[in-house]
Amino acid sequence: MNAPQKPELKKVINESGIEVKPLYTAADVEASGGMEMVGEPGQYPFTRGIHREMYRKQPWTMRQYAGFGNPADTNQRFKYLIANGQTGLNVAFDLPTQIGLDSDDPLAEGEIGRVGMSIDTLRDFEIAFDGIDLKKITVSLTINGAAAILIAMYLAMAEKRGYDIKELRGTAQNDILKEFIGRGTWIFPVEPSIRLVGDTIEYCAKEAPKYTPVSVCGYHIRESGATPAQEIAYAFCIAKAYADDAIRRGLPVDEFAGRLSYNFNIFGNIFEQVCKFRAGRGLWAKIMKEEYGAEKPGSMWLRMIAAGGGGGLTFEQPEVNIMRGAYYALISALSGTQTMALCSYDEAYTIPTEYSARISLRTMQLLIEEMGLTETVDPLAGSFYVETMTNEMRRKMEEIMAEVDAQGGIVKMVAEGTIQAKVSAQAYGMQRKIESGEFPKVGVNCYRNEQEEDHPVEFHPYNEDDARVQMESLQRIRAERDNAAVNAALSRLRTDAASGRNVMPALVEAVKAYASVGEMTRELVNVFGRYQEPIRF
Amino acid sequence: MNATERRIKVLLGKPGLDGHDQGAKVVARAMMDAGFEVIYTGLRQTPEQIARIALEEDVDVISLSSMAGSHIPFCRKLKPLLEEAGLTDKLWVIGGNLPAQDHQALRELGFKGIFPSGSKLDAITEYIRSNVK
Repeated sequence: MNAPQKPELKKVINESGIEVKPLYTAADVEASGGMEMVGEPGQYPFTRGIHREMYRKQPWTMRQYAGFGNPADTNQRFKYLIANGQTGLNVAFDLPTQIGLDSDDPLAEGEIGRVGMSIDTLRDFEIAFDGIDLKKITVSLTINGAAAILIAMYLAMAEKRGYDIKELRGTAQNDILKEFIGRGTWIFPVEPSIRLVGDTIEYCAKEAPKYTPVSVCGYHIRESGATPAQEIAYAFCIAKAYADDAIRRGLPVDEFAGRLSYNFNIFGNIFEQVCKFRAGRGLWAKIMKEEYGAEKPGSMWLRMIAAGGGGGLTFEQPEVNIMRGAYYALISALSGTQTMALCSYDEAYTIPTEYSARISLRTMQLLIEEMGLTETVDPLAGSFYVETMTNEMRRKMEEIMAEVDAQGGIVKMVAEGTIQAKVSAQAYGMQRKIESGEFPKVGVNCYRNEQEEDHPVEFHPYNEDDARVQMESLQRIRAERDNAAVNAALSRLRTDAASGRNVMPALVEAVKAYASVGEMTRELVNVFGRYQEPIRF
Repeated sequence: MNATERRIKVLLGKPGLDGHDQGAKVVARAMMDAGFEVIYTGLRQTPEQIARIALEEDVDVISLSSMAGSHIPFCRKLKPLLEEAGLTDKLWVIGGNLPAQDHQALRELGFKGIFPSGSKLDAITEYIRSNVK
C-alpha cells in the first residue's frame, strides 16, 4: 500500500519577497545569521529599541495629522485633540502652502484650506499655535517643498513667544527626495532642493540643536507601490544623500546625525512590518557607525514615527478600517516607535472629522492603558520566527541599497524617474492582484457586502468662505507691514541663494518682516528654477 | 483590437495642485494594457493646459484623476474651455476621491464617466471602449 500523500501547503511569499515557512526553529535563526544583531535595547546595534526602558519610561507620542481652513480653525482642532489626550501635533498644510503659493495666487483658487491649513505669513503661525505650550506639545510640520521657509517661520514664531531656540524641540518633514517619488509637492529642481535640505540641517545644527529638521519618509514611497523592504532601503539611501551633503559642508557626523528622524508606514502583514522596523534599526546603526564613523549613540538611532497605514485602508466597508487601524497601531507599538499616528477610518473619503480623529486617538490609548503594550520592551524578541525574519529583512534591505548604488545612486534614479517608474509598476501589479483576488482584501475581493450599505462616513465640511477671509488677511498684512524691510530681506534672500550661502538666516529675516510664503518662494524660483517632472512608465 | 480600427487616444490629466499620482499612473498602465494610446500630463495641470493638450493631441477621451477635493471648482473652469475648443463630442471621464453627493454636479459639468475610489480598472477601460464615438 502506498503511504498517504501529504497535502502540499501553499507557498507563502511576503510582500518584500521573502518566503514564510510554516514553522521556525532555533536552526532557522542560526542559518539566517544568528542572534548577533539582536543585542540589548538601548545598546548598539539597537535592534530591540533605541532606549533601555522604552515605553515603561514614556509611552509613544500620539500625533494625529491635522489642519484645515484658516489658522484659527486649525487652532481649534489642535486644542480639541490635546484636550482628548493627544501629546504632539502633526500639522497639515493646504496644497498652495505646500508648494509655495500665496492664498491670492490664481493657481490656489479652489484649494485654499482644503486638505490642510492655509499659511501666508508669520501672523498665521501666531494664530495657529496660540495658547499651545510648545515645550509640552512638540510640533511636527508636514512640509517639504516649502520646508526651509516654514521652519524659519516656526523658529521665528517660537522666538517671538519667548522660547529659547537652543532648547526648542520639534520636527519638519523636509524630505524632498521622496516628494519626487510620491506625494508630489516639489517646487525646485532636484539639486537645489537637496541643497535647501542641507541648509536647514546646517542651520539647525548650529542655531536650534534640539530641533529635528528632517524626517526621512519611507512612508510615501510605500504608498506609491514600494514593498516594506524597499520602503526602508530607499529611505536610507535618501537619508544618506542628505548626510553626504551635510558632510560636504564640513559638518561632523555627530553634530547632525542625532537630529535626523524617519517616517514609516504600518500597513500590511503584522510580522513582516515588525521585523521591518527591528531590521531597519540595526541596519541604520550599522551604516552610521561603520560607513559614517559616528561615535555618539544618538547618531546611530533610528528615531521614527511609525504611522498612518492609509494604503491599507479601503473605500469599501469603511467601518472595518477602524479594526484595521487597531491592528496597525499594534504593529506600531510592537515596532518600538517613538511616535504614532493613525489614518482615520474615513480617510478614503475625506479629511478626518473630530469624531473619526477621536476614534484614532482612543485606539492608541487602548494599547497604552488596557493592553499592556508599554510594560515590556520589544516583547517579540527571541521568537524563532521574528529573529529569523528580522535577519532576512535586513539582508533584503542591504541588497536593495546595493542595487541603488549599482544604478548610480538614489539622486540620479529620482532625477531620471527610474524609481518612480519601478514603484508605479509595482502599484499596478498589486492593484491587479487585488482585483483578481490573488491578494486578499476583506470587503474588496472577499466578504463583500451583497449590497453596499449607506456608509456611516460624515464629510468634513469645506467652507468656501475660508479662502476669502485668508486673502483679506494677507492683503491687510501687506498693507500694514514695513515693506522696505520686506524688500531688503527678499533681496538678501536672492543674493544668498545665488551665491551659495546658507539661505536660512535670510529666510528668518524675511519671515520676521512678514514676507509671505509666495514672495519668498518666488525669489528662490528665480534663482533655482522649477522642477520638470520626468514622465516615465 | 482590429488592425483597421483606430487606436483610442486618451488624455489622462492631474488637475490642480494635488500630488497623489499613484492612482493616475495605475490607471494609465491599465489603459495602455487595454491598447489605448495614453497622454499622461504629469502633475499640476491648469484647466487651460488640459484643454490645450486635448486639442493639440486630438484625443478621443479627456480623463482626470482628482484626489484632493478640488474637482468641482476645477471642472467648472474646464467645461467652458473644452466647449470653446470644440471638444464637446469627446468623452469626458473623471476618477478619484469623488463623493457620491458630487456625482450629479459632475454629470452636469459634462463628465459622463465617473469612477470613484474602489472602481475596477477593467470597468474604466471597458466604459471608455464602449462609449468612445
